[in-house]
Amino acid sequence: MTAINDVTEVAGSQKRSRWGSRLDRREGRTAFFFLLPGLIGMVLFLVVPIIASVVLSFTNWKLLGTPQFVGISNYVRLFTADPQFWPVLRNTLFFTAEYLVLNIVISLGLAVWISSLKMGQRWFRVVFFLPTFTPGIAVAIVWMLIFAPGGFFDFIMRSISVEMPSMLTDQTLAMQAIIIVSLWAGVGYNTVLFNAALDMVPQSYLEAARIDGANAWQRFWKIRLPLISPTLFFGTVMTAITSLQVFDQIYVMTRGGPGNATATLGYAIYQRGFQNFQMGYASTIAWVMFAMIMALTAVQFWLQRKWVHYDN
Amino acid sequence: MTTKSRTRLSLALDILNHGGLLIVALLFLFPFFWMVTNAVRSNAEVMAYPVRILPHVFEWDNFAKAWTQLPFGRFFFNSMFVSVSVTIITVIVSCLSGYAFARLKFPGRDALLMAYLGTLMVPAIMLIIPLFLIVNSLGMVNTFQGVILPVAFGTFGAFLMRQFFLSIPMELEEAARIDGASRLRILVSIIVPLSMPAIGLLSLFTFIAQWNNFLWPLIVMTGTDNATLPVGLTYFQTQQGTQWNFIMAGAALSMLPGVFLAILLQKLIYNSIALNAGMGGR
Repeated sequence: MTAINDVTEVAGSQKRSRWGSRLDRREGRTAFFFLLPGLIGMVLFLVVPIIASVVLSFTNWKLLGTPQFVGISNYVRLFTADPQFWPVLRNTLFFTAEYLVLNIVISLGLAVWISSLKMGQRWFRVVFFLPTFTPGIAVAIVWMLIFAPGGFFDFIMRSISVEMPSMLTDQTLAMQAIIIVSLWAGVGYNTVLFNAALDMVPQSYLEAARIDGANAWQRFWKIRLPLISPTLFFGTVMTAITSLQVFDQIYVMTRGGPGNATATLGYAIYQRGFQNFQMGYASTIAWVMFAMIMALTAVQFWLQRKWVHYDN
Repeated sequence: MTTKSRTRLSLALDILNHGGLLIVALLFLFPFFWMVTNAVRSNAEVMAYPVRILPHVFEWDNFAKAWTQLPFGRFFFNSMFVSVSVTIITVIVSCLSGYAFARLKFPGRDALLMAYLGTLMVPAIMLIIPLFLIVNSLGMVNTFQGVILPVAFGTFGAFLMRQFFLSIPMELEEAARIDGASRLRILVSIIVPLSMPAIGLLSLFTFIAQWNNFLWPLIVMTGTDNATLPVGLTYFQTQQGTQWNFIMAGAALSMLPGVFLAILLQKLIYNSIALNAGMGGR
């Protein structure tokens, strides 16, 4: 933000002679050609799709045939008549809430643990980061083998005499399996992010607190945590946005099942759009997802006043 | 407590602390271990109960079979082609736009930059339906250009390159301008060579994002031959008599570039994420 304002000031303060304005025009033309490839791409693959998505959500287009304008009836049907919508919404919120809390707690715990080490910090960071750089589909397929009936997980549970149904075919456990996989795949980024933030906490602050008699527990809650809270907030917002869109793991491991126990908004968009070819109705669901992402982000920005600590 | 026994105690705690996290890290790595050890056993043994931790016989040639028979080799090259193409286009487009935003004066520049940043908030999954309809109407379903072009114009790169270009001293290009070099010439022969750290970072994250991308190629690539590796992995998942050992080999292949890059470029990755941590509002 500051940089943008600085540049504007520099540009504005220059005196505009006739000679200068001719140069300006030439520079403007150069800028136009430099920006052209990016602009064409942005208009064609970003601006037009966004507008098209709004329009589509008010039609009943089914890919074949001519689309008809149906007003807000897609939205009305979604909220009042579709028997699958509320379970899908509930599943999405359930996944996001549990995944978000566990992700932040685990990654913060790992980050603190790693920062307490005297040796090998970077290797531990790499280990937990590895799944972040691998395809979510491959991760989900490996975990599917682990959770398969008679697979490794069942084997371990039976050898320690725990009686439980198979994870992926059980109505309530299936979502837990999806969350475990998502956590394994997703904690690495936040671990490195929070670890980097902890590394930036000035040692002098911690030394001063130690001299004043603060123990490790107090130093964490009173000094390190407030100082990294802006980063914690950033990580929480980004994780919430991605977790509302969860798709890959569900496509591979459960296809939304058993029943629709693991069907989320992301999966519903795919199902309605590309299996039933209800392009209009699927766009409606996409806008509900967008509204939820915006609402959740707004709530988090509102809540940050209560816990995020900014210098000056 | 004497000083000596105190240091001995803190040394013991240190060893416990390191050992504890080492155990957690090894448990965390288990899915990788399970993937590789299931790739090299017979399919009957993958399905067998009770489960064996290590294969009875290590069948290393399963990797070669998965590469040629399924054909994960073909999927691997499809993925490579798509990811490298998207990366090249993204870097070129981002350098051009980033330079215009950083160094050229034109009306509405700041407003346009804000618009670029604003598009970053639109979640990818929202756009797949209209994007598919656009690709469909351009006749590009089941083609490589259909998979590549719609994801190659992300606006983040332009912003990243602009930020980096702003940190390059203006004097370096002023001499070239007095000598009459064109802006394009200056960008290619002065600015770009100085910007390799930023270009490397943009390439790395673009490449990985595309290598791991699933939903978009799943929708566009309707034929088996053009499938990328993640899409190809799901083809064999539901077939009768699934060859789980070959699928695990394919999964391992798909993880190879990411694991390799994460280890090789750990410093670059850490520094870039640390930059995010630093910018997290401070």
